[in-house]
Amino acid sequence: MWKFIHKLASPPHFYRFSAKIIPWFAGVGSILVIYGTYAGLFLAPSDYQQGDAFRIIYVHVPAAYLSMMAYSIMAVSAAIGLIWRIKLSHAVAAAAAPLGAWFTFLALVTGSVWGKPMWGTWWEWGDPRLTSELLMLFLYIGYMALRAAIDDTVKADKASAVLALVGAVNVPIIHFSVEWWSSLHQGPTIIREGGPAMPVEMLYPLLAMILGFTFIFGALLLGRVRTEVLFRERRARWVRELVLTGAGPG
Amino acid sequence: MNGMFAMGGYGAYVWSCFGITLIVLVICVVQGRVRHNRTLKDISARLRAMETKS
Amino acid sequence: MTEPDHISPGLARGFCAVIRRDIVLAWKRPGDVVNPLFFFAMVSSLFPLAIGPGADELALTGPGVVWVAALLAALLSLNSLFLSDFEDGSLDQLLLSPQPLPLLALGKALAHWLISGLPLVVVSPLVAISFQMPAQTINVMLITLTFGTLSLSLLGSIGAALTVGLHRGAALLSLLILPLAMPILIFGARTVALAAADDAVSAGIYFLAAYCMLALTFAPFATAAALRISNE
Repeated sequence: MWKFIHKLASPPHFYRFSAKIIPWFAGVGSILVIYGTYAGLFLAPSDYQQGDAFRIIYVHVPAAYLSMMAYSIMAVSAAIGLIWRIKLSHAVAAAAAPLGAWFTFLALVTGSVWGKPMWGTWWEWGDPRLTSELLMLFLYIGYMALRAAIDDTVKADKASAVLALVGAVNVPIIHFSVEWWSSLHQGPTIIREGGPAMPVEMLYPLLAMILGFTFIFGALLLGRVRTEVLFRERRARWVRELVLTGAGPG
Repeated sequence: MNGMFAMGGYGAYVWSCFGITLIVLVICVVQGRVRHNRTLKDISARLRAMETKS
Repeated sequence: MTEPDHISPGLARGFCAVIRRDIVLAWKRPGDVVNPLFFFAMVSSLFPLAIGPGADELALTGPGVVWVAALLAALLSLNSLFLSDFEDGSLDQLLLSPQPLPLLALGKALAHWLISGLPLVVVSPLVAISFQMPAQTINVMLITLTFGTLSLSLLGSIGAALTVGLHRGAALLSLLILPLAMPILIFGARTVALAAADDAVSAGIYFLAAYCMLALTFAPFATAAALRISNE
């Protein structure tokens, strides 16, 4: 097992291995998402409180979950890269940030579209989760801005890793403070998404969507890590052989 | 059939959410592809320039 | 500083030397100290002009305005925290010194607070009075601003260390630090607002104190790591 991980961390092996598993991730993810979309939109009964508007959670919850997930992946791989100086993990951190930002954006947009029929406004500052997501998006933007401002890849990796770790310490504090802040004033009552009382016909599509989105996210992440690896290793012999034999984009 | 897509009056909200999700996913896929191909092209251009020089 | 004696005296001396040097430099260039204060006063006076002179509105927006202005003023001065040292080469001396870098980074952050944070806290009652804040609110505001500006100096020193030597570092610094500073802003401004409404304020003050301790413990290490990376 350890040997396998060690081998995987070597760039050429990762490059070849990831090419094989990306289609599987994408395939399994797509099947799950297609099932979840169909079941969520047409098979699941409508919510007694929210009517059919609750169906938005089938895209909102996976997006919100992945926006947090991407940040953890980013911070953990940044830490690994900083401590053990593994180049591949810096590539993972660099690849996770734009994807995380996209999913955060998606969570924000779907959350606000869900809020329109529920609260009557597109944006409700009283909702702690929407506000947290917005701050999350700012964190991603800061991270990517720092990365873009530093030309040297090695330096950009390390500097942005420090920022990611400082951000990771701050994320729970930010969530806590936003929760506290919104609990102070009596906003519109927030309807719980899901909860334990969710019937099975509603829950299974949601689980399928979360799992499917995770697989698709994995495929997208691996694809971006491949690009990062290729760029970082552009002077290596294996990349030259790969490019000159015309293996093409794989 | 019509009722199914109307979503009890919430159709516009529900469908726009699923639509924007699809758009974001497509953007992610296309962006990844474009970057990968551009990186490959840059590397091969650099290698070719080096070979003609040497 | 209360460094224990059995550690080599060099630690305390280096730490104090960093602080003393920055204060002397600030003394010779008073503009660096005064400009953020003027900025703070001007931003806070923008709001009454923009919103209107009504006493009720001012009392309602006062805490938020003071805190936003303080945050922006702190950001304005943070940009130059390591910049002049970077340009005249004394940052390299700092990195090469035998003292542990986190300690020196802590010294830099504390010096920054003494130069820009403390004067801001001292001036803030003037702004508060112009916003018709009652006396007990001003006390709470002074406490929260003290903890808040100290945390901002420490947090900002990480950002300043990360962006030192980069083009357009000032705008980048704001992008990096503002989202991280949100908890300070939220607790600071809301606690002052709670005090204005005669509510319990201890929760917010405890939080800010805890955040400040957390920043005092961890920020110097992050700043030191960032300084080493930026100057490789």
